[in-house]
Amino acid sequence: MIQFLVHEKADNVGVATVDIKAGENAQGLFMDTQEKIDIKAAEAIPLGHKIALSDLKVEGSVIKYGHDIGLLKADIKTGEHVHIHNLKTRRW
Amino acid sequence: MSNPKVMAYRRENGRVGIRNHVVILPLDDLSNSASEKVAFNVKGCKAIPHAYGRLQFGEDLELFFRTLIGTGANPNVAACVVIGIEPQWTNLIVEGIAKTGKPVTGFSIERHGEFKTVEMACWKAKEYMHWASERKREACDLSEIWVSTKCGESDTTSGLASNPTVGNVFDKLDALGATLSFGETSEVTGAELEIKKRAATPEVGEKFMATFEKYQAMIERNKTDDLSGSQPTKGNIAGGLTTIEEKAFGNMQKIGKKCMYVGVLDKAEAPTGPGLWYMDTSSAAAEAVTLWAAAGFVAHLFPTGQGNIIGNPIEPVIKLTANPRTAQDMSEHIDYDCSAILRGEMTLDESGDNLKDMLVRTCDGRLTSNEILGHEEFVLTKLYESA
Repeated sequence: MIQFLVHEKADNVGVATVDIKAGENAQGLFMDTQEKIDIKAAEAIPLGHKIALSDLKVEGSVIKYGHDIGLLKADIKTGEHVHIHNLKTRRW
Repeated sequence: MSNPKVMAYRRENGRVGIRNHVVILPLDDLSNSASEKVAFNVKGCKAIPHAYGRLQFGEDLELFFRTLIGTGANPNVAACVVIGIEPQWTNLIVEGIAKTGKPVTGFSIERHGEFKTVEMACWKAKEYMHWASERKREACDLSEIWVSTKCGESDTTSGLASNPTVGNVFDKLDALGATLSFGETSEVTGAELEIKKRAATPEVGEKFMATFEKYQAMIERNKTDDLSGSQPTKGNIAGGLTTIEEKAFGNMQKIGKKCMYVGVLDKAEAPTGPGLWYMDTSSAAAEAVTLWAAAGFVAHLFPTGQGNIIGNPIEPVIKLTANPRTAQDMSEHIDYDCSAILRGEMTLDESGDNLKDMLVRTCDGRLTSNEILGHEEFVLTKLYESA
């Protein structure tokens, strides 16, 4: 069963389509290439929230839809929850 | 691609409506009471109360007049009674609506009092109800239906499935030669350069950017923080959205992959030909849909993630969601559940066909959830304080 979707191959986050439990080996799918991917969830990822597909550095960009959607406020490890506590807009 | 027929109302000016409302339109806040009394006495007609219409001036007054005239002129309205405190502005609205050729009459309260005004307006409203009830639906092309879209209480499921479903329908309708519109100027922030690329000509792209920059300047002038307290909304954030950029790229899925916008409209401004049009609107759902209805749009496609429950008094709002939780625990508000896309059980193209079918059924007369629930949010956009 697919537990998260990734919009594009270039993205570094996926979107949970069900509630993913901490420690679970979550099954994902790239929507553009239809390739499968699995990531061990480092923490619980609620439905609709983002999971990091790789280790990401503070001040780096989160890429979704193949585009920069904001600035990282902290280092993030693969499988961690990416949300407003560690990601901020570059606008306004 | 086939252009399905829908059974709809062809109005005096050739435009096609999918509803047959007799509207009691107050000119101003003072006339809401009389309008609601008429609608209570004359069953089947509809009062559209609102908060403004006094001492507005300049560009704000022009937008107010355009919105009220456009609301009465909308092809979903068969006939209209306008009630105002004084005759001059009342007649201005009446004359604007009369250009469509539809029956419209104005009444003013000063020198009559409310009782007499209500009585006179009731007689006219009754006459219009009889007349409207004998208008007949006829076969019209789906492409004659003007369709607007905006999303609300979006979450990441909106960007994954419900917004792209609308985009799929827009691509299909655009190929048929339909008249379509999208907007939400604050909410394309972060994706504005991608939106610019979707303009049909460089001139239109520049006009979009000028509109976008003007909105950004308004936000800069008025903001007290970085806006993250309201855009994205609390509902957006609960649903997994984080930044305005993420929201903007999700938002833009609604214009599909192919269709290009042919022009940029001011608020409540009617398009001058077929194609996709950008309208400069706020991202607040009721304000934006009110502007599209006033521009002449007769059906609205509204994807939601966390469950925005908005409606409009004259433009039916077809609501869809891809969020399985919303589809279950808010099902009375949802016309189409496309959460099967997230489970890999339905393709985007199939989902687009399903939504197109729902649009056709709505045109043929199926009531939307917002209509049955009585969600009739009519919210005027105010540019600045009254004098």
